[in-house]
Amino acid sequence: MNRTDRDDCQSAPDRSQSDCERSENGSNRHSTDAPEDVASGGGDQPVGGYADAVADHPVGGYADAVADHPDGDYADAVADPNKFTDEERDPGRSAISGHAANGRVAADGGSSSVSEFQQMADVSMTDAERRRQWLDEKILAPARIVWDDWRARSGVLIVLFYLLMGTVGLMLVTKPSPNQGGYLVGALRTLEYPLGTTASGVSLLSQTVYATPSMLTMIASGAVFTVCLGTFFGTVAGYKGGTIDSVLMVVTDIMMTIPGLPLTIVLASALDIKGSPVVIGVLITINAWAGLARAIRSQVLTLRDAEYVEASRIMGMSTPTIISGDIIPNLMPYITMNFVQQARAVIFGSVGLYFLGVLPYNSVNWGVMMNAAVNRAGATSSPAAFHWLLVPMLTIIALALGLTLLAQGADRIFNPRVRARHAETVVDDEDGGTGGSGSNPTAPSPVTADDDEGGGI
Amino acid sequence: MSHVLKRLAQSVLTVYVVISASFGLIRLLPGGPLAYLRSQAIQQGGSDLSMSEINARIAAQTNIAVNEPLYVQYYDYMVAMLQGDFGQSTRYGEPVMQIIGSAIPWTVFLTATALFLAFTVGVSLGAFMAYREGSNFDLASTGVGLVLNSTPGYVVALLFISYLGYRMEVFPTGGRYASELTVGFNGPFLLSVLYHGALPITSMALVGFGGWALSMRGNSIRVLGEDYLRVARLRGLSTRRIAMRYVARNAILPMYTGLMIAIGTVFGGAVIIENIFAYPGVGFYLIQGINARDYPLMMGGFIIITIAMVIGITIADLTYGILDPRAKGGSSRESY
Repeated sequence: MNRTDRDDCQSAPDRSQSDCERSENGSNRHSTDAPEDVASGGGDQPVGGYADAVADHPVGGYADAVADHPDGDYADAVADPNKFTDEERDPGRSAISGHAANGRVAADGGSSSVSEFQQMADVSMTDAERRRQWLDEKILAPARIVWDDWRARSGVLIVLFYLLMGTVGLMLVTKPSPNQGGYLVGALRTLEYPLGTTASGVSLLSQTVYATPSMLTMIASGAVFTVCLGTFFGTVAGYKGGTIDSVLMVVTDIMMTIPGLPLTIVLASALDIKGSPVVIGVLITINAWAGLARAIRSQVLTLRDAEYVEASRIMGMSTPTIISGDIIPNLMPYITMNFVQQARAVIFGSVGLYFLGVLPYNSVNWGVMMNAAVNRAGATSSPAAFHWLLVPMLTIIALALGLTLLAQGADRIFNPRVRARHAETVVDDEDGGTGGSGSNPTAPSPVTADDDEGGGI
Repeated sequence: MSHVLKRLAQSVLTVYVVISASFGLIRLLPGGPLAYLRSQAIQQGGSDLSMSEINARIAAQTNIAVNEPLYVQYYDYMVAMLQGDFGQSTRYGEPVMQIIGSAIPWTVFLTATALFLAFTVGVSLGAFMAYREGSNFDLASTGVGLVLNSTPGYVVALLFISYLGYRMEVFPTGGRYASELTVGFNGPFLLSVLYHGALPITSMALVGFGGWALSMRGNSIRVLGEDYLRVARLRGLSTRRIAMRYVARNAILPMYTGLMIAIGTVFGGAVIIENIFAYPGVGFYLIQGINARDYPLMMGGFIIITIAMVIGITIADLTYGILDPRAKGGSSRESY
C-alpha cells in the first residue's frame, strides 16, 4: 500500500477516510468484512477508526499538545473544535463520546495528584444528551439505514405486515368456522371471502390470518434456539481452541451430518410431543445450530488473534467477557443474517412437514391448509380447489421473501461504517472536526450505491 | 493422511451414534414404539399368542429381544444393524433392507443431480452477475434469485405437478419409470428414468440455484476488489486464468461449508418432494413407515438416509483439501 495515500487517509476523520479507501483500491464494496477493510484501508487503526488519535500520538506527545492550553481554555476548546487547528484529530473524537477527554487534563501541569488514567473528564454530557445520543445511535441510525435501502425497507414492511396480521388481524377478521360461506368459492370472486373458501366452507382469509400467531411463535422459537446454540458452540470452540475446540467440533460435525427433516420426522413420531408451536419450532431446527456453529467458528478463527482481542487477553479479561465483548459484536451482522435465514428455514420445514401430515398440531396452520387442500379436495389435480393450495403457498413465499430481504438489510445495519454515516449526532461532531482540521477539502460523500452490497448468504 | 483417517473415523462415529440413538428411541421411550408393536402383535394374533411368541415377533421386526438384559439387547441390535439387517417391515412384510436398499439409488440419483445442477448453474450465474455488477442483467438475476431463494422446493413441486402433470399432462405424476419397460441399461428405460425424474429434480434444483448465485455474486465482488487480483492483472495474466484460478477458486471456497449443509437440506427436501411426486425413494418409504406406524421401516429409512449423507459429506470434506491446500495443515493453534 502506498505510504502517502495512507497518510492522507489517516489525517481525515472516519467518514472521508472510507472515501479514501474507496478511491485507493476500490475494494470497499463488500460490507460484511468490515474489520478487514478497516485494517487494510486505515493502516494501523482498530475498528471504527476510534483510536486513530491514540495510535498517532504516543501519550507523551499528547500531553505536550494539551499542555499548551491553559486550564480555563480547555472546556471552551472542546466546545469549539476550531481552536484545535494544530491537534487536528482530537476534537472530533472527544466530541463524539464525551469520555475521550479522560486523562488529558492531568497532563496540564500536574496540579492534581491523580494519575492520568483515573482523571475524569471535566466536560460531560447531561443524561438527556446521553439518552438522545443513545437513541440516535442505537435506534434511529439503524432505522434510517433500513429506510435508505429498498431491500431492507421492503423486508421490514413485509415482516411488519405479518406481525400486524398475527395481532391486529385477529380482531379484524372473523374466526374461521365451517359453513362460513359456500363450498370452494374461488379466490377474488366475492368481497366477503376475498381469498375463497375451503371444501367445507371455511374462509381461507380467516384461516390464513388465524394461523399467523402460532406460525410466528414457531419461527421465533426455532430461530432463537438455533442462533443461541450455534453462537455458543461456534464462539467457544473457535476462541478456546485446543481440546475444547476438537470435542465441540466432533459433536457439531455429528449433529451436522444427521439429516434435519428426517430427524425431525422420526423424533416427532417417536416422542409423544404435543402440538405446541414452541416445541415444534425447536424440533424443526433440532440440529440446524450445528451448521451455524461451524460457520461462526471459522469466523472466530480470523478474529481470535486480532490486536484488540489479544489486548483484552493480556489484560486478563475472562473468556466469557472477551467472547461477549470483543468477538460477538463483530459477528453480529453474520448472526443476524443467520437468525433471519433460520426463521425462513423453520417456515419451509414446518410447512413442509405439516403438509406431509407428520407433525401434531393444535390449530390450523398454513401447512395443514395445504395438506387439507391436496388430501381432501385433490387440489393438485382439480382446478376448482387450486386456490385452496395457492393461498397458503403465496403466504409462505411472501413471508420468506420478506425475511430474505431483511437478512440482506441486516448486513448494512450492523456495518459500523454505514452506521456512523447515518447517526446524526456522530456525523455532526465529525463535521466540526473536519472543518477544524481543514485537511479534508472534499465534502463528505453521501451514501454511495456501491456500498450496499448485501450478498454472501 | 492423518487428516483423512481422522475424518473417516469421525464418519464411522457418526453412523454409530445415529444407530445407537435409534436403539434408544425404539427401546427406551415409555409408551413408544415397542409398546405399540406389542399391542399390534396382540391384536393381530388374538389371545392365543403367548408372551414369548409376541416377543419373538418383535425381535424379528426390530432386532430387539425384549426379554434379554438391556446390554445384550443393545449388543444384538448393533450387530444386526452393522450386518445390514434392519428388521422386518410391518407394513410390507419384507425385510427393511430390501425395501430401502432398492430405493436408495433413486434418492441419491435425484438429490445428487439436483444439487449438482443447482450448484454449477448458480455458481456460473453468480460469477457472471459479479462481472456485470450493476447492469440490468445483474439486477434481474438478483431479483429472480431472491424470489427463488424464498420459495420452498415443495411449492415448486406442487405447481409443477398440478400444471405440467395433471392439467397439461406433459409429465408423469408418479413412479420412477414407465412400468412396461424392461429394467436395464437400454435407451428407452434410461429416457423414461430421466422423464420421470425431470420434475422432482427441477423443483429441487430451481429453488437451490438462486441462493448459490447470490452468495457467489457477493463473494466474487469481494474477491474482485482484493489486492492480489490487482497484482495478477499487473502481471499481465490472461483474463481466463484470473477468472478461473484467482476469482472463482477464492469465491467458491467460503461456499464449501454451505455445500455440505446443502447436502442435508437436499436430502431432507427430497423426503417431501418424493411424496408429492409419489416417487418411491427412501423419503417416500420413510413417510409410508410413519403413517403406518411401521417403526422398523421408519428407523431403517432414517438410518440409511443418514449413512448416505455421511458418505456425501465425507467426500465433500475430503475434497476440500484439494481445493484449499491450507486446510490440510490441520489445527495446531494455541488454546486460550
